[in-house]
Amino acid sequence: METQQTEKNTITVNNRTIEWEENMTVRRVLEVMNYTFKMLVVKVNGRLVKRKDYDHALVPKDADVKVLHLVAGG
Amino acid sequence: MDNQLSPSQLRLIQEYSYEKGEINRGYNNRTLYVDIGKNEFKERPVSDEMKEKFIGGKGFGLRLLWNGTKPDTKWDDPENEIVISPGPIAGITQYSGTGKSLVVSISPTTDLVIDSNVGGYFGPYLKFAGFDALEIQGKSDKEILVFIDGTENKIKIQEAPEEPKDSHELVEFLTEMYADDEKDKKNVSIVSSGQAAEHTLIGMLNFSWYDVRRKVCRVKQAGRGGIGTVFRNKNIKALVVKIDKVSPNANQVADLKPIMERGKRFTKEIRELDDEQNRMRKVGTSHLMEIMNEYDLLPVHNFQYGSHKDASNVDSKSFQQRFTQGMPDGCWLGCMMSCCKTVEGFELKTGPYKGQKVDVEGPEYETAAGVGSNCGIFDVDSILEINFYCDTYGIDTISYGTSVAFAMECYEKGIIDDQVTGGIKLNFGNARASLKLLHQMAKGKGFGVVVGQGVRKMKEKFIRDYDADPELLQDMGMENKGLEYSQYVSKESLAQQGGYAMTNKGPQHDEAWVIFMDMVNNQIPTFEDKAEALHYFPMFRTWFGLMGLCKLPWNDVEPVGNEETEEPEKVPEHVDNYVTIFNAVTGKNINKYELIKQSERVYNFQRIFNIRRGKGKRAHDAQPYRAAGPVTEEEYKSREKRYDEQLKKVLDIDPQEKSIPEKVKLLKKYREDRYEKLLDAVYERRGWTRQGIPKIEHLKDLGMDLPELIETVKPHLD
Repeated sequence: METQQTEKNTITVNNRTIEWEENMTVRRVLEVMNYTFKMLVVKVNGRLVKRKDYDHALVPKDADVKVLHLVAGG
Repeated sequence: MDNQLSPSQLRLIQEYSYEKGEINRGYNNRTLYVDIGKNEFKERPVSDEMKEKFIGGKGFGLRLLWNGTKPDTKWDDPENEIVISPGPIAGITQYSGTGKSLVVSISPTTDLVIDSNVGGYFGPYLKFAGFDALEIQGKSDKEILVFIDGTENKIKIQEAPEEPKDSHELVEFLTEMYADDEKDKKNVSIVSSGQAAEHTLIGMLNFSWYDVRRKVCRVKQAGRGGIGTVFRNKNIKALVVKIDKVSPNANQVADLKPIMERGKRFTKEIRELDDEQNRMRKVGTSHLMEIMNEYDLLPVHNFQYGSHKDASNVDSKSFQQRFTQGMPDGCWLGCMMSCCKTVEGFELKTGPYKGQKVDVEGPEYETAAGVGSNCGIFDVDSILEINFYCDTYGIDTISYGTSVAFAMECYEKGIIDDQVTGGIKLNFGNARASLKLLHQMAKGKGFGVVVGQGVRKMKEKFIRDYDADPELLQDMGMENKGLEYSQYVSKESLAQQGGYAMTNKGPQHDEAWVIFMDMVNNQIPTFEDKAEALHYFPMFRTWFGLMGLCKLPWNDVEPVGNEETEEPEKVPEHVDNYVTIFNAVTGKNINKYELIKQSERVYNFQRIFNIRRGKGKRAHDAQPYRAAGPVTEEEYKSREKRYDEQLKKVLDIDPQEKSIPEKVKLLKKYREDRYEKLLDAVYERRGWTRQGIPKIEHLKDLGMDLPELIETVKPHLD
């Protein structure tokens, strides 16, 4: 019997690979990454997602997500 | 405090009268020199070249200090100076964060130039009294104060009253003494230190203003590098400045309209956005406590760890409940960021003021993390009490926190014991022990005095007297150049390691805070990317210190649409505000690139100043290993998965086959090599040699090929 190898669905967030979930929103990505800082700039495949859209903007599998934390601190 | 004394009752030692002149486009074009040993005064003209190359603030301070000292001047030599300069923008009231003073001196802890950026009204008032900088040299044989009377155009050296000694009382006392009446108190500002500054090397300066709503004096601190210790060593009890009033255009700027327009725009941002962004108006910088804990960056137990289960006890919500809300808490007029929070009516439980109710300034993030989490103290009351006593005794909370944390780790590791500490149980979390040390510093006795010499001196002593392992102490003692680290864990951010240890004055984050860009955003992956960040941000941030500006309004609120800009991390709209304001104040016409050049000139000057003093080279940019990675097995285990992964992925080493001590060693070698590569990349970007010496052609490009600088660098060039 032939064994089927299932490849995991993933996305990259700031060049780090994480598992993709069905109906994954930007908010969910931030939760998974534990990105709790408020002043973020999020881009999914190069397109800016506004803060107000985090809850419903979907992240497709294989997406390249960039989450920039703006430099606060001291 | 009931004060029956009047200024005329203090013995006058020397007096000097001057003609005030007029401020023109942010400058008086004159600085004030006071020799408190010889009781001499001089007015020194400010040339166009000085303004062009050194701008003001820290730039003026460095230039005057270079001229006033020799390469081998020690911190406690009479010829060491304390220079206070506000910068050309300082004193405008139409934009937030525009009242800063820059203080420079030869530091007791680093033996280098130290600079410290501080709020309070002294700097702007000094300018309104007629001077772009105050340069103090000499040492008095009796305790004195210097009074700059901008109302009568006189400067006086007076014998200081013996009491009170501590800052919170002294500032109230002198404000009352020098103000004509209650209404006049807002026109007086005091610089002072405290008793502990006399017995330690980590003394700081308090810069005051009168809070007209609370009817109390408030203070902000020029904390870093022991300038308070220099101040007390010179036998100065206080500097007092008094003016008639602050007029709306006291700087006589070239064009007020654009400043007002940018100021209004910024104020609107703060009002509309701050509550949903960093909440600076409600909690100040304490909002960073939970953020740093969540991102594993909060120093815990002498920087061993980056988070702690009890950190929520000291998060910003805990402080918000204590801070008075709804008050315009700016440390200069017109600042809408209003982050200078205070706790009113705090009852002290220890020390000479036990049982008294006092107002505590802050704490800010650096204080809460330094005297709190880094020492394993997760209790708001203890942090407030330590904060209060550090302030009134004249102690820098950052150096204090890092020094106490180091001593605590030495105690827990058995390097020092009860016999050494005089019976103080110096375990992490023992707030009473920390306070005991602090009170000892004020009295000048006990183990507190040893801790108050700072981490470098403690290392030397523990190795010499208690047979401590030099390598271990070097690795875990969080100082570079003799200055204690400020409160961020840089282990997982190579760029921040450079941001700390490559600084001119020592590891203070005000030059570069790039941890998020590097570690979290993964935005600057290559050495060249990191080098670019460690060029741009230190230069950009240096600029605040040339101008008399606060850094916080730059990026602690993000304007609408910032995310759509090409470089949101630079906050381009706010950079444009600063360029516009500089041009509007001075009548010049710089752009954002020239802004960086202005800083580069002074930054390179400071580097060469260090070289002149026999330091400022590659060897002096070395970091303690704890800033780069895990020193102990426990630290390794706390992030074992991450470290194992790095060994496997990057070094092709199977972590299963190695013991933890072996893995610690392998990781150390790898991380130390990477830091050396970072130094190469950054030096090249900054126009320096591999030894960290500014190249002559680079100085020429910057217009800083001054003969004294060429002469200093030439013998060191490869």
